[in-house]
Amino acid sequence: MVSWSKTKKISINKKGRFKRLVLSIISLIIGLVFVFPIYILALNSFKTQKGLLVNLLGFPDAKTFSPNNYAEAFDKLKYLQSFCNSLYISICSVFMILLISTMAAWVLVRYKTKVSKVVFVVFALFMLVPFQCVMLPLMMVAKNMGLLNPVGLIFMYMGFGTSMSVLMIHGFIKNVPEELEEAAVIDGCNVFQLFFIIVVPLLRVILITVAILNTMWIWNDFLLPSIVINKPGWQTLPLMTYSFFGTYSTRWDLASAALVMCIAPIVAFYLFSQKYIVNGMTDGAIK
Amino acid sequence: MRRSKLRFWLFLAPALISFTIICVIPMLIGFYFSFTNWDGVNMNPAVVGFDNFVRMFTSDSDFLRALLFTAAVAVVTIVLVNVFGLALAMFVMQKFRGANLLRSVLFMPNLIGGLLLGFTWNFIFTNVFSAVGTALNLEFLKGWLSNTETGFIGIIILNVWQMSGYMMIIYIAQLQHIPSSVKEAAKIDGANWWQTFRSVTFPLVMPAFTIGLFLSISNSFKMFDQNLALTKGGPYHSTEMLALNIYNSAFSANEYGYAQAKAIIFLILVAGIGLIQLIVTKKKEVEM
Repeated sequence: MVSWSKTKKISINKKGRFKRLVLSIISLIIGLVFVFPIYILALNSFKTQKGLLVNLLGFPDAKTFSPNNYAEAFDKLKYLQSFCNSLYISICSVFMILLISTMAAWVLVRYKTKVSKVVFVVFALFMLVPFQCVMLPLMMVAKNMGLLNPVGLIFMYMGFGTSMSVLMIHGFIKNVPEELEEAAVIDGCNVFQLFFIIVVPLLRVILITVAILNTMWIWNDFLLPSIVINKPGWQTLPLMTYSFFGTYSTRWDLASAALVMCIAPIVAFYLFSQKYIVNGMTDGAIK
Repeated sequence: MRRSKLRFWLFLAPALISFTIICVIPMLIGFYFSFTNWDGVNMNPAVVGFDNFVRMFTSDSDFLRALLFTAAVAVVTIVLVNVFGLALAMFVMQKFRGANLLRSVLFMPNLIGGLLLGFTWNFIFTNVFSAVGTALNLEFLKGWLSNTETGFIGIIILNVWQMSGYMMIIYIAQLQHIPSSVKEAAKIDGANWWQTFRSVTFPLVMPAFTIGLFLSISNSFKMFDQNLALTKGGPYHSTEMLALNIYNSAFSANEYGYAQAKAIIFLILVAGIGLIQLIVTKKKEVEM
């Protein structure tokens, strides 16, 4: 009896181990299929233009290896400048969106009036509006107000970003008890102390989520900046990538290096803050 | 607590003002301009009534084709992305070495911008596919993106590659909420794998299905960057999707009023489908 149960246990273990091995192999195959496009792109970014023609699938050899693609693409993309432009636009926009959306969401939750309900619904409804719907009139308004510059672009992101951000922060504040705020007021906090010292720290979790969603969107955005700041010196990475492909569409040796250089910061950011990104995007979708 | 009206408006003002200037006012102007022949330069365009709307549905074959093409891309994408998303979610939730790594890898494409993805896949379809085709003597791998069919399949492959991981994460979030006792009960009752999936897992995963559908519909309909970078709508506008069609009406043909009218129809479509879908699936959801 004892020995029987022992053998059975072993065979289950063996079966489990075998199953896990099969699963690992399948997962390896799926993973390779998903990584393949990036892998083959990175591989070819080290080949000469001729090397791409004669040996696209293999490793670069002595004849086809080209170490200069990255330097050349770096130069042509004005990488440092475009990267800094992207960084500047993203950081300023996300900071401003977080600030004004949190302020708005807080009073919209705490003031239970008709006006605050209507304002909230208008914010929420705008999430359904595709960008193309406001694009052309916005260009006209922006031209007349002198907003066709980086600061104007940040202001536009503030306008577009509030809709989703207010909605998400609003949902979070609803579950934050009000007693703490009341106690702080009794202790003599003024309204700004109350907001920045008491309220904002309680919202850390949702603010990280909202910041990540907005960062991913603004960093990768192409269409809006292409009509607002498409001028030399102001261009962000997506804009430079697009104009690069307009000029060098047949030079895949340089183009692949350029793509790898643009994808790399995103992957690095992902590795660095994976947990927050995945949680943020899941929460963002569910709310 | 004392609540002053001043404080309410003071805190609301920054968001409300930027939102009004950037979203609400252009939206209202846009409604008006969709009934005019605005060219982007003349600020007092002539009102042409419903002419723009009549024109796009009666004499603009490119627009109608873009509408159908977008719908086709959306339908195929929605089905594939949600099926793959759920399948991958159930796969990586099993215990095996590398499950977490696979999860991270699958999610990553979703973070890379549409433009970069479009150009990357352009390289894969035009260069890598033809190199493999030549090496293995496979005719069907050559000349990708040069005709409508391969352009269509290309867009679908890109969408599946980009969105499956995102859908997977959403389904995982939902699957984690299913108590294992429910599945064990089904097992004791003698249900096989398919029966358990159909009658237990699937109904309980419906809330995530709502989100998955909603996201994949709106992503497919609004798709612009990928379309621009992958096929640019070519050959001969045959793989042009709605957003790109509107863009070309405005910036290639300089018919701003007409493009704006198309954008209004686009809004009705996207918002309408999204709302209907949300209402329908919310009704079907199983209360946990």
